[in-house]
Amino acid sequence: MKGFNNLLMSRFGPAITGGVVGALAALLVYFGNPGNMGICVACFTRDIAGALGLHRAGVVQYLRPEIPGFILGSFLAAFLAKEYRPRSGSSPVVRFFLGFFAMIGALIFLGCPWRAYARLAGGDWNALAGIGGLIVGIGIGIVFLWQGFSLGKAEKSPKWAGVVMPLAALALLALLFFRPLFGPEGTGPVFFSKSGPGAAVAPVAISLAAGLLIGWMAQKSRFCTVGAIRDLIMVKDAHLFNGVAAFVVVAFALNYALGMFKPGFESQPVAHTNQLWNFLGMVLSGLAFTLAGGCPGRQFIMSGEGDGDSAIFVLGMLVGAGFAHNFSLASSPAGVTAYGMTATVIGMVFCLAVGFLFRIKMD
Amino acid sequence: MADTVIVDARGLSCPQPVLETKKALEKLSGGRVEVLVDTVTSRENVARFGGSRGWKVEKEEREDGFCVVLAK
Repeated sequence: MKGFNNLLMSRFGPAITGGVVGALAALLVYFGNPGNMGICVACFTRDIAGALGLHRAGVVQYLRPEIPGFILGSFLAAFLAKEYRPRSGSSPVVRFFLGFFAMIGALIFLGCPWRAYARLAGGDWNALAGIGGLIVGIGIGIVFLWQGFSLGKAEKSPKWAGVVMPLAALALLALLFFRPLFGPEGTGPVFFSKSGPGAAVAPVAISLAAGLLIGWMAQKSRFCTVGAIRDLIMVKDAHLFNGVAAFVVVAFALNYALGMFKPGFESQPVAHTNQLWNFLGMVLSGLAFTLAGGCPGRQFIMSGEGDGDSAIFVLGMLVGAGFAHNFSLASSPAGVTAYGMTATVIGMVFCLAVGFLFRIKMD
Repeated sequence: MADTVIVDARGLSCPQPVLETKKALEKLSGGRVEVLVDTVTSRENVARFGGSRGWKVEKEEREDGFCVVLAK
């Protein structure tokens, strides 16, 4: 175990983690998750929002066990290594809305950075526009970082502050196992899709084990799909980028071997072909993630380590997912909505304003 | 240690500790820089960055985090 942990903390850590995440992204589709959506941090958070009744899009409601798995795996890894450090206070409300708009952008494209790479590895060429947008969004964030952008310093929190997210993760798992039914008209308060992507699910034990493993490995290796591109551009450091490369290569190889690689633009699972908005949705997401310091997976992992600011970010994602469906902002295979386009513009205005206005003076 | 430059990057999100270190190192051709950080992630990122720029790296544990000592 110690050797495995040391390997994950070495320079090979992100690549090993990325390879495992890529393998699981393909295998979880094989075991039942939606097409090219073995693991999607944004989509799964959206499904959880639906399961909790925060939106009523009946086809995307499921308490995806992978997500609480991320938090608990990361918490355990950090706690056992004495890296559990509760902290918060770096513009939390701003981070909430960065998470909110990161989710809106992801649901315009139909996937977070993790799924963008998974879609590419499955032959969905629409992902290329999304990844192009992601790179541009990160690039805009980098310009702000060069100019001294900062959301301010986080402070140490009382030691119990960091257990709230792991406890919330346990609560989600409890709701999944007990499926309480006491809502009005005999439905809810927890909802599970009967058809659509929300009904495409791998066995709970496999999903949870995958989530815990990824949470553990990503906590050790700092795997981050946004930091990968950011560090490559900003400081010519490919440490994290190796993780993304390994993700795509391994997911592609397994998709190919399992007969799930289907190259093309048309009729791809949970995807649309409006390339302009695939691109723009991910510009918004990429910028929001960069301003917040990491991709959605990384935010969940840090929330498990005790980072309260990351916890606020993922709660913003959860609420954003509710709004995305209640306000008809989310895209569907039928395409993008006019409301979604409007929300993307509003999100860009918010993120650009944050980028321009937030500075701290170091000395 | 009059000519030790101290960079206090505690509490900053990624990648700001590395950027603050980069700014400090670019002003110097050599000497000693102490970068204060509060997470293992930042400690490792700053250490990797310093090493890649040819600085000798030492990591110390402090009461409220870590200190990465860069020397050249």
